[in-house]
Amino acid sequence: MIPGYITTNAPALLIAVPLLGAFLSPLIGRISRDTRALWVLAVMTLTTLIGYLTAFLVYTEGTLIYVFGASEASLAIPPDSGGIPIRIIFTLDAMSALMVTIAVTVGFAVILYSLTSDARRSGLEAYYTIFLLMIGAVLGMVSTGDLFNFFVFLEISSLASAGLVAYKVENGRAVEAGLKYLLVSTIGGIFFLFAIGILYGQYNALNMAMLADMIQWTPLDKLALVLVVAALAAKCGAVPMHFWTPDAYSMAPSAVTAMLVVASQASLYGLFRICFTLYGITLNYVTIGWVIIILGILSMIIGVTMAIPQKDIKRLMAYHAVSQTGYMLLGVGVGLAVLGDQALLNSYGMTAMEGGIFHIFNHAMYKGLLFLTAGAIIYQVGTSDLNRMGGLGHRMKWTMIFFIIGALAIAGIPPFNGFASKFLIYESVFAFSPILSVIAMVVSILTLASFVKVFHSVFMGPPLPGNEQVREAPHTMLIGMTILAAIVIISGIFPEFFVQNLITPAAHALTDQAGYISAVLGGA
Amino acid sequence: MFWNLPYIAVVILSVIGLATILLKRNLIKIFFGVSILTSAVNLFIIALGYREGGIAPIYTYAVSENMVMATPQALTLTSIVIGVATTALMLSFAVVIYRMYGTVNVDEIRELKE
Repeated sequence: MIPGYITTNAPALLIAVPLLGAFLSPLIGRISRDTRALWVLAVMTLTTLIGYLTAFLVYTEGTLIYVFGASEASLAIPPDSGGIPIRIIFTLDAMSALMVTIAVTVGFAVILYSLTSDARRSGLEAYYTIFLLMIGAVLGMVSTGDLFNFFVFLEISSLASAGLVAYKVENGRAVEAGLKYLLVSTIGGIFFLFAIGILYGQYNALNMAMLADMIQWTPLDKLALVLVVAALAAKCGAVPMHFWTPDAYSMAPSAVTAMLVVASQASLYGLFRICFTLYGITLNYVTIGWVIIILGILSMIIGVTMAIPQKDIKRLMAYHAVSQTGYMLLGVGVGLAVLGDQALLNSYGMTAMEGGIFHIFNHAMYKGLLFLTAGAIIYQVGTSDLNRMGGLGHRMKWTMIFFIIGALAIAGIPPFNGFASKFLIYESVFAFSPILSVIAMVVSILTLASFVKVFHSVFMGPPLPGNEQVREAPHTMLIGMTILAAIVIISGIFPEFFVQNLITPAAHALTDQAGYISAVLGGA
Repeated sequence: MFWNLPYIAVVILSVIGLATILLKRNLIKIFFGVSILTSAVNLFIIALGYREGGIAPIYTYAVSENMVMATPQALTLTSIVIGVATTALMLSFAVVIYRMYGTVNVDEIRELKE
């Protein structure tokens, strides 16, 4: 059905299509605005299809290896290289495939949304180029099996995201937010490169599987891990370095914010990949696990308490994003803390990891949806100040419904998907440490309280003066939201299907370090 | 001792870079700090890649025993290019901020704090 040359080269096309599409879009945009919109949509559709194809291949056939510049995947280690994988290798296991699925789904929805929401602005030729670059960079980060390659994609995503955050350049605050984000990610990137240097100096390899095979947990390895955790925790917006999150998320155009959530999660993926696959059992998993758990708990508490008094709708949602990142760190951190103990891992560690990973998936969907509804409201009302909205419920019915779906999902109310993943986290974390589980539940209640407040002040009551002319958001924006809302509902009603087919393989792929190594290096 | 000089330079440059980023209030000076920090890491990787008596892997002329893999040089080259792009973007942000706020002092660029 699908030609063989596409299936064999799917991982390369996954990066090549958005990158080529990105750089051709200013050229094609010279014809007319509509041509450009069509082109961007076509490129994104193609990327999405290739993304699903890649994910399907990984889930049905196991870990996918793609060696750039080699005629076949079995040449991961060239015969005359002395056992070192010189070429750049893409290694897609189930965890990568899950992240690819998330990235292309959200990417497609936000591109569709953004075709209308940003159509009134100038500078669109650069906007879509950078947007597609960002999507390509996220896809690269989650599929690469090479540390330096990961760094390059990390930097591309930092630069592209910073450029997009500062897109409303006539507004000084947007540039301020972009600069803040750029500084944090650049310094994080330098730390990451330093860690790569340390590892390369010791083991003469950049390939993650090769490094994982040889890693010793020397003092230098510890230093490298600290640098990597600091860099990636800053990039994913966990608490000690979360200050850029509300600024960047609130100042970026809403479609960009939804994609920024995914970019942050790609950094989170990098953090988990390096902890589990690169270091695996050699690291002091109890200590590192607890470090990640504490980062998670702090993110949850500080994020939600900072969110409650906010008056700007997107700033409020951004603080909730920090708080929700905490859940993912908590779930996967618990899994890491019991990594060496097979009995505990089987009894609750795997469930906690599944919860954390499922939450990554769910968060990308409902948080993307919430940011898109916020964008639709701002698009129609012209302000992001909660005090100047009100009574929009009658005029923006669909947006209100989507907002309710997103808000109930983020608060963990059944039957939406947030409940499914949070329930897995509560249940398993309770077995690990009851107090952590209680904190997680309290944070959930505060989240609900905060969203009830937002719902009330945006949609309820009489329309405020000046809001009488507000209409429903345009159709393409609603379609983008519908895609995400449908996924939120479906994955909330049939969580077993998603957990068994998508999440459990991903969690097993993370813990199965030996499988990752042998997939690249062969049985040797 | 002598062969450790590059690494000592790396440490000194990193400290200078980090101190500049953390202590200076002027945006342009903060960017200096970032550049110095990038240079420190570049120097670190280049110093790692140095092998005494090694030759560049140009197959036509080299004696095959002592060829040195050029990965660290390739990494550094990539990192320099990324550094240029980052610096350019940071400086253009600084230009816009100076036009909007009339200052590049980070203490006065506080519109987002509330």
